[in-house]
Parts: sequence; C-alpha cells; structure tokens
Amino acid sequence: MKGLPVLSLLLWVCAVYFVGIYLFVGGFLLVRLEVNRTSTCGDVLQPGEEPGDFCRAQPRFRRAVLLIIDALKIDFARFDPNNTAPRPYENKLPVLEETVSVRPSHSRLYPFRADPPTTTMQRIKGFTTGSLPTFVDVGNNFASSAILEDNLIHQFGQVGKRVVFMGDDTWESLFPKRFHRSLPFPSFNVKDLHTVDNGILQHLYTTMVGDDWDVLVAHFLGVDHCGHRFGPDHPAMADKLTQMDGVIRSVMDRLQNDTLLVVMGDHGMTDTGDHGGESQKETDAAIFLYSPSPLFPAPPSQSEPDVVPQTDLVPTLALLLGVPIPYSNVGQILLPLFPSHGLTEGAVGGISQLEALWINAKQVNRFLETYSGMAKDIPPQSLAKLKAEFSRLSSEYLTAVGQGRSPSPQLAASLQAYLTSVRDTCRATWARFNPLKMAAGLAILAFACLTCFILSELSLVLIRENGPGLKAPVVVALAVGGCVAAGQMLTQGYVEVAWCLAAAAFSSELLFLWRAHRSRAVTVAKNSFKAPKCTTWLTPRSLLIPPLLVPLLRCASLLSDSYVIAEGRVVTFLVFSLALYIPIHLNWDGLLLPPSHDPLKAAGLVPSAALSPSTVRKESSTLLACLGLLIGSLYLSLSFHGCREEQGSCQPSPFLSPLSRLQDNQLKNLHYVLSVCSLGLWTYLLRRCLRHYGNLNSSGGTVFTARWILPLLSVCLAVHWAVSATPEDSFRNLAELISLAQLALPRAAFLLLGLGLFLIWLDPLTVFVKTRAAATARSTSLPPPRYRASTGISPQAELHHLIPQIYQRMRCSLNDGELSGGGEVDSRPAVEAYGLGTVYSAPLLLFCGLLGIGLLLLHPEGMALSFLLLLLETGALLHIHASSTTLSGLNGTHTGGFNVPWTPVVLWSLAATQFFHATGHLPTFPSIQWGAAFVGFPDGHTGTMLPASLVTLNTFASHILFAVSCPLLLFWPLVCEVRGSRGGRTYGEEGEDAVMEMRLRENPQQFSSALLQLSTRYLFILGAQVFASVCAAAILRRHLMVWKVFAPKLMFEASGFLVSSVALLIGVTLVLRVDVAVGRWFKRLVPDASR
Amino acid sequence: MWDHEIRAMASTHAIIAASVFMATVLPAVLVPGFSVYGTHLLWLYSVSAAVTAVSVAVFWLLGITPPTKKHTLGYKLSRLVRSCLYFFLSCLFFHTVVVLYGAPLIESAVETFSLAVLLTSLTTLRCLCVLGPSVQAWIRVFSRHGAMSVWDTCLQITVACTVVGAWVGAFPIPLDWDRPWQVWPVSCSLGAMIGYLTGLVAAPAWIHYHRKQLTYKCK
Repeated sequence: MKGLPVLSLLLWVCAVYFVGIYLFVGGFLLVRLEVNRTSTCGDVLQPGEEPGDFCRAQPRFRRAVLLIIDALKIDFARFDPNNTAPRPYENKLPVLEETVSVRPSHSRLYPFRADPPTTTMQRIKGFTTGSLPTFVDVGNNFASSAILEDNLIHQFGQVGKRVVFMGDDTWESLFPKRFHRSLPFPSFNVKDLHTVDNGILQHLYTTMVGDDWDVLVAHFLGVDHCGHRFGPDHPAMADKLTQMDGVIRSVMDRLQNDTLLVVMGDHGMTDTGDHGGESQKETDAAIFLYSPSPLFPAPPSQSEPDVVPQTDLVPTLALLLGVPIPYSNVGQILLPLFPSHGLTEGAVGGISQLEALWINAKQVNRFLETYSGMAKDIPPQSLAKLKAEFSRLSSEYLTAVGQGRSPSPQLAASLQAYLTSVRDTCRATWARFNPLKMAAGLAILAFACLTCFILSELSLVLIRENGPGLKAPVVVALAVGGCVAAGQMLTQGYVEVAWCLAAAAFSSELLFLWRAHRSRAVTVAKNSFKAPKCTTWLTPRSLLIPPLLVPLLRCASLLSDSYVIAEGRVVTFLVFSLALYIPIHLNWDGLLLPPSHDPLKAAGLVPSAALSPSTVRKESSTLLACLGLLIGSLYLSLSFHGCREEQGSCQPSPFLSPLSRLQDNQLKNLHYVLSVCSLGLWTYLLRRCLRHYGNLNSSGGTVFTARWILPLLSVCLAVHWAVSATPEDSFRNLAELISLAQLALPRAAFLLLGLGLFLIWLDPLTVFVKTRAAATARSTSLPPPRYRASTGISPQAELHHLIPQIYQRMRCSLNDGELSGGGEVDSRPAVEAYGLGTVYSAPLLLFCGLLGIGLLLLHPEGMALSFLLLLLETGALLHIHASSTTLSGLNGTHTGGFNVPWTPVVLWSLAATQFFHATGHLPTFPSIQWGAAFVGFPDGHTGTMLPASLVTLNTFASHILFAVSCPLLLFWPLVCEVRGSRGGRTYGEEGEDAVMEMRLRENPQQFSSALLQLSTRYLFILGAQVFASVCAAAILRRHLMVWKVFAPKLMFEASGFLVSSVALLIGVTLVLRVDVAVGRWFKRLVPDASR
Repeated sequence: MWDHEIRAMASTHAIIAASVFMATVLPAVLVPGFSVYGTHLLWLYSVSAAVTAVSVAVFWLLGITPPTKKHTLGYKLSRLVRSCLYFFLSCLFFHTVVVLYGAPLIESAVETFSLAVLLTSLTTLRCLCVLGPSVQAWIRVFSRHGAMSVWDTCLQITVACTVVGAWVGAFPIPLDWDRPWQVWPVSCSLGAMIGYLTGLVAAPAWIHYHRKQLTYKCK
C-alpha cells in the first residue's frame, strides 16, 4: 500500500484546518497578558526625584458613591424637553439633566464609552483596573475569575477605605473578600427584573445614612435584564428607568459635602436589548458626576470632552480619592475635574491639571514598559514611537518645572495626546475583533470541510497513480504564501504571518478542488458505467440520510446556547438515535431476519441469500446484543456528567471527586473497589481479545507489552490510587513512604506507558510463525494440522486463529502472477502463522488500551468506571459495524472495497464527544480538571509545557482514544469475518481459509483508499463541528452568552479538533508502520521459505 | 387501482382525526379548568382512549384484521388476551426507550408512562388492529418488501410519522424559553400527536400518488 500519499494528504488537510482555526481565533479571541504588579503610595515614578507621586496631595473627597446602572445607555440618560411623545426609554431620567442645568459646577453628564467586549464582567474589570480586559486575560490563576490585576477596590483597601458593595454578584466573584461589607444578589436569571434592585434599595439608604463606609458601590441590574427580556422599547423599561430616577434623587439628597457621586452605565444595548459587541449603541453608556460641593472648577466650555472613555474613570477616581492609580491603568484623567495651573492654591488639597496629567503619564509609561517586557503583542514601531514621545514630553516638563515657570498649555495638550495614543495602541492590540481575519478563517474552514468531503468520496480516484497528487497544491501554496509575504514586506515593511498562511491555504484548497473536479470528470468519462454513482453524491437527497442528518443536527445544536449547555445529553440522544437507526435500516432492507424465516419471501423478491439463515440469525443476535450493550453503556455514561453553573438543579456525578476527598470510609472503599474492578476488567478484556485472536504467542515487543507491561501498569495505577486515597494522618510513621509513593508510582506508570508505546512502535508484529519441514507438509498436505501447537496456546485459540498456508498462496500468486496449482504449493515448506489475521488491529488495540490506562491515570479514580464503559461502547460499536457489514453483504452491496460507511464514523465521532462529557469534562474553563497537572508532580512544576500537556491529555482523553482507534473501524469487519466464513460463507474459491486482515494486503490500493476515506470522513465530521462552533461565535458575537458559552465552546471544539487530528495521524501512522513491518516480515520469509 | 381501499382509508382516517379533535374539545367544554398544557395527562388519556376506541371499532367494522383460523370463542378470547398483553408490553417497551433516551427515571415516571401509553395507542394499537397480535408480522411489515396490502403501507407511514414526531418533539425541551409546552412530556406527546395526524393525512395521499407503482404479493 502507498502510505506516504495517504499520510501527506491527511497532513495537508489538517494543516489547512489549523490555518483556518488559527485565523479565526486570531481575529475573534482577544488575548492579553495580565501584569500582576500593584501600585503603592511609595512608588518612584520615572523620571522623577522624590517618591510618593501618587499620594502627594490631600484627597479632594473622603467618600464616594458609585451607582452602576447596568446597561444605562446614553440615550436613556438624556432629557429632551421638546420631545412631546417620548418612547418608553426616553426622558425617563430627568434628574440628570435638571441637576446639570441648575448646578453646572456641581455636576456633569457625559457619554461613557465602553470597550468591547461589552459584557458586564469584562466591563467591571475595565472600570476598576483601568485596562482593556479581553476574553482571555492570561493570568497566573486561570481557574478562578477573581481579578488579580491591580484595581481600584484593592487600592481602596490598601489605604484603609471601607468599601461596601451591594448588587450584582459578579462583583463578589471578581473581588472575593475584598469588601468591608458585601450584599450580593443573584444575577443569573435574566428574566428577574427586580430581585437585585429591590435588594439594593432595602439596604442602600440605611447604609448611606450610617457612617460605616467610605466607598459605596451599588450595581443595579434591572435595566439590563429589562433590555434582555423586553428590549428597550417597552413600558417595563419606562417603569424601571423611572424607578432609577427616584433612586438617584434619593441618593443625591443624602449626600454630604465630602462625597462624590458617580452614576454610570457599564455598557449600552442594541435596539433589541442585547450587548457584547462593539457597535456604538452597545458601547455608549452614560456617566454622571455630582457632588454637593463644587466639583468642576470651570463652567462647561468648549474644551469639554465629547465622550469619556470608560478607562478614564480609574485614574480620575484614584486621584480624587487620594489612592495610587492602579498599575495596569491606561486611562487618562478626566481633565475638567481638575483645576488648571495656578488655581491650585485656592482649592482644597487638589492637584492641578498638569500635575495630574504628569502623574498619569508617568504611570502609563511605567505600565507600558513593564508590559512590553513581558509580551510582544504591541507592534514594536508604535512602541518605539510612544517611548520617544514620552521622553520628549518629560524633558520638556522637567525643564519647565525646574526653571520654575509655568508650563505652556500646549504641554498639557500633548500629554493628553500621548495618553490617548497609548490607549489607542493598546485598544488596537487587545480590544478589537478583526472581522477580516474572522471571515478569512470561516472561508478557509468551509472550504476545508468541502475538501474533506470530496476527498472521502473520491479517495479511490485520488490515491491512484494518475490521480491529482498533492505536489501542485503544496507548490502553489508555498508560492502564494511567499508572494504575499514579499508583497507585505514591500508595502508594509513587515510580514504578518497569518495572512501569508491564509493565502497559501486558500490557494492550495482551490487548486485541489479544481483538480479533483477535473479528475472526477475524467474518471466519469473513462468509465461511464460508474457515472451515476459518482454524480449523485452531492444531491440533497443523499445528504439528508440519517447518518448525515445526525451530524447536521449536531452542528445546528452548536448554534444555540441551550443546546451547548445541555451538550452531553444532546450528543447522547443523537448517538442513541443513530444506533437505533442501524437495525431499523437493516430491517427495512430485509437483512436483519434470515429470509427463510419468512416463507412468504422465499419466492425470490430479494436476491438469493449468500449467508445461511443460521449465520444471519447469529449475526443479527450479535448485532442486537451489541446494541443492547451500547445502549446500556450510553445510559450509564449519563451518570458521570459534571454540571455547568447554568444548569440549575444538577448534581455533579459523585465519581468526579477524588477518593481522598470522600469522608465516608465505607463509600471510599466501595468506590475504590469499583474502580479497581473496572481497571482490571479493562486489562482483562484487552488481553482476552488479543489472546482470542492469537496475538499473544510470539515474542516481539508488542507481545511483551501486552503480557507484562499492561498488567504491570494496571497494578501500578491501582496501588497509586490506594496510596493517594489514604488519609494523611492515618499512618504517621509511613508518611515519608506515602509521599515517596505518590511521587514514584505515577512516574513509574508514565515510564511504563512510554516504554510500552515505544515497544509497540518498534516491533508492532504479533505474528507467531511456525515453519514445518517440506516433508511434513507433504505428508499432511490436505488438511493442515490445525491443532498442532507450541506450548502456551490454547487449542481453542488455535482453532480460531491459526492461519496456515495463507502466506504461500499469496506468495505464489505474487510470484507466478496467478494462483498456482496445489503441487507447487506442496513443494515448498508450509508456514503457519498465528495472529496474522489481526496483524493490523492487534497493535492498534493494544496501543489504545495502554493509552487509555495512561489517560485514566490523569483522571479522578471514579472515572475508571466511565473508561470501562468507553471500552465496552467501543467494542459494541465495532461489533455492530462488523455485523451490519456482514449482513449488508447479503444484499450484494458489498463491492469488495473496504469502505467504511458514514454511520459508524458518525457514531464514532459523536461517541468521542459523548465521553468527553461522560468523563466529567465540560466545555467551560472552570471545569478543567487542574488536578491532572499534579499527577506524579505533587510539588508543582517549574515550566508550563508539562502541566499544560498533562491537562490537555486529561481534558481531551476521549477525543484522543477515539481518534487513535479510528482505523479499527476499517479492520473490524475483516476481523469478524471469520465467523461468517465458518458459518458456511465463502469468499472467492472453495476451501480458502480465513484471511481476515490479509485481504488488505491483497488489495493495497483499496486498503490505502479506504484508510484515507475513513480518516477524511472522521476529519470531516470533526471539522464540521468546529466550523459550526466557529459560525456560532461569529454570528452570535453580540449574544448575551457569547463569552460564557460560545467562545469557550469554540476554544474547546478547536483544541479538541487539534488534539483529535494529531491522534488520528498517530493512529494512521501506526497502521502504516505495521504495514511496513508486515511487508518486511514477508520479505524475510521469502528466502526463509524457499531455502 | 386501489381506489376502493384509498377511499376507505381516507374516511377511516377522517373519523380517527375527528375523534382526536373531539377528545380535545369535549373535555374542554365539560371539564372545568381543562387545558392541553395545564391538565396534560387528562388530555393525553382522553386522546389515547378515543383513538383506541375509534380505531378498534373502525378496523373491526372494516374487517381489516387478518382472518382468524379458528372461530371458536376460546381462540378469540386468547387473541384478545394476547392483544391486551401486547398492548401493555408495548407500553413498557416505549417507557423503557423513552427513559433510555434521557427521560427522568423516577421523578416523572407517571408522565413518561402516559407518553408511552399514548405512543402505544397511536402505533402498536394500529399494528394490533391491522396485523393481529403477532410480533413477527410487525417486524416483517417494517421492511421495504414487507407490506402486503395498502393497509400495511399505511401502517408503515403512520407509525413512522408518529415516532419521528415524538422524536422531534424532544428537541425543544432543553431550550430556555420557559413555555408551558416545553414541560416534559408535553412537547413529545404533542409531537407524536402532530406526527400521527400528519401520517393520517400523508398515508392516503402518498398511496394515492403512488398507486400506479404499488404492487403487493398476495398473501
């Protein structure tokens, strides 16, 4: 068989998928590094002489009230007296405009522009840290949502201000234990307009009157929930806004002179009441500043800002309240709040505009330097420009101050300009979707799916000598990529790798599709009798058959947040449906029951049976029994699911918690025994299967692995579980030994696993050869003595799987060009080979079995049960596939190829997702099982690669197992064929022995095409799922749930695809490796035999 | 070709559909507080009972039921008993399948079982009426060449429509719309009912449209 073309085609397809995913994710997911440093009063800001820039002046306000009205759009806050027929959301907050016009030096109302993503959690992060939070803020603590960056709440705490919080409980998860007093209310139910608001109102006024606070944060959710539920244009919104008007009035009445009031929205909303995206309706909220004492030194003038960016609140509040500006802030101070130079003397402890700007600029410069030292995502040119600008400004400022003269107003303006440009640079890097990249990624992914589909349909044509090879697309891809790179170099001066990759991938895809189309046309023209088969593969009728309808439904389900939340059950439902479809379909074709069973059919309506009724009955009962097993494991697997926070009344599986956390001793023992039993059963079943097919007889590396390493690994694992479940204080004098065992046992298991996998790779053959002398062969020529065996082989196994003389036949047919006569065969020594029939599947099976135990090591102990179910379900699926293939052979549809139909492939890929959920995983970040990183490394790691890969292996365990074992689908019908042939079925000429997987060697062309087809079908289904989740993220990027549901789902789906495709490639490579080894084995046998 | 049968079938289906309609409307008039969502189980059983009664009556009158070999009372009784047994077993079967599909095992067992009763009265009952209590005949009917009369084809279509309807009816359950018809098992039973009614319409229409192609082997 031709291994290289298959592998290179698969590699190319995977690479194209990767490029598509990379492009889309690059445009969609905004990534930023968190700087975990905090500002303090004693910081020395460069360039500067004395420490204590931040806390230089007396704070202007002692206390502040922050009223955050979620989704308070600027349109809601404006008041237009001329509007006689206001819409429900207009003119409902007259208090703001009234105050501004009556007391202009006490209050202002500005549009308050949020940065995308405009979701509440990101916004709270934004206006407390002064930074631009993205979807993925890569920090040290990925698992918890608490803000670790420097922020206002932290700074308030540092200087001893008592922060009282009430309202949206998101704050509580962002700032755990940071508040002096906290009254969180549940924010999750969007339909509930009043719980949070009424809860706040119960406590707000009493708290304000008391003296137990310095900073009061109240976060109202009613307006936002009203928008989500009814949209802004609804009477309920009018009621809600009127209520807010009253709240603001009451709060203003209770303010004291030393208190600052900030009323603000965290984001706006679209006309349908949604938010999350970057349209102006979503980003433009309102901010209203008020204080009973004069707040603004000058009346409103032309120099007022049109729009206040949300980050600007942070340095402003910090300087007004006398706390250091948070370290990562990139906002600039709100200038009208500060007196201009020369007026400072009169104001109470204030700092002038210029001083404030100077502190602000120094702080921003410090952050920029720190950040650019950590991450490289800010373009170097703009960074250099900003640095040069800052040094120019600082020298100008310092000379002006040094000479004692008042700096020019231009300096203030250029400082402002500097701060603005820093923020714009950061925003361009962190906080903007790149729609072009997203679209390019989508297009490449769509074409990759199409390519995969066409590859799978035309695999036989494409693998042929004259078929379109891969050379041209790759050459074109390289050329186009190079051209784009050169073009970018010429026009922009630097190369953006993403676009070169995009151009390369896209051009190679197009070329490939075009060539495939042409070669198909050629093939159709050549053999016109095959034409109808070739031309009907893209009609809607053929696409809507259940095996393709189910993946379609699955992809459609990824577009709805409810289905993504319930994904585990959805996938189980689909697997169950498709599994039931198999016998129903077989029955519909009249294949499930033996034809003679029904005397009415004997008349010849169906083609005459190739299988005897007893065989059919046996196959059918096997199929139904396996279906029962499949359904049973499907149902049981539902009890291993974890719970998302969105699923209200859901109890996570008790098996998910590690044994060491169980308190009840009896329960612990029960769990342990169950787990060890499942582990033992897993090992036993694997060995049983290998022994059954005669693969445990030889003395190669694989057999050694199966005989010794596999059991040893299980024992290792069982002991490790026992040790890690032991309570720490139970054996005091053995504590050292226990900690040593905790270190050594998993590492030993890792070593054994690596050794086993390596041995399988090194020597994958499980064939035991027995050569008999020619004389013996002649004397017993006619019936080869099947029962003659070396020691250690059970007669039963031999009966099943001794494959005698098959090799001679093959060699004869190869050497002489035709099947030679019996005499010639007899003149050569006979060769008996045990386990030759499963030569391909045995190493693969063992590989997966070992890998499964290795992956189980990274899971909580209870998951052993789930892994056992996985093994059972895999076996059931394989047997169902084999039986249905045998049964459809009756129909005459068996064309001699080894093609795997869609149904089992779809089931296989859905089962991977199903067991992703059934091993306690969920597509959310909090549900990642971080404990996996510490298996064998209880003291933590120094690097990040190892823990990251351990966690990845843990998370995508089922993806890996199913992808690696995917080629088994190709082998299993052949492995099970022996039953059919013993039952009286004959392939080819009379008296041929069971050939099983040797059929594949007879037809290397069909073997490679079938392997290619299987892999591309699997990749197609996985790729379609990725495409669907990418579409969901792109279409629904303004959805309320995009950062909670769709974006994590996209990340998990994309990484699952990455891992799966790598695992699939490993599986295919292993098959090719075995093929090479078998070829060598035959070659070695030739001189051996003719000696 | 099959004009007589098709006409009989159409009228039969009209009668059954009318009985479904009456079983929905009559309790709404007679029982205070009746609604399809609110008192769903009541509706479900009333529809099941109506469909059962009307189907049995109509098919008995039409004489579709395969001729019995013996005409003794004892044989007829045993057939009746077996039919009842099969009806009950089919309820259990549907219950099991629905639970395996993901219905709650213990909490709303009554609702699940009611759905199973509805499905049985829509599908198994018809099999009983048309084919008699013989599982082998049922399995045989659901194959490409298994239909032996127009009634068998009709049976195939209605049963498939009902089952697919119930299957599709499960789709809206996970959605967070908070509608009264998303409560288990309302959407599934409504789906099954709608599928059944569709099948009632589709079967005669399909057979009429394909009457030229239909050939059956004689029994």
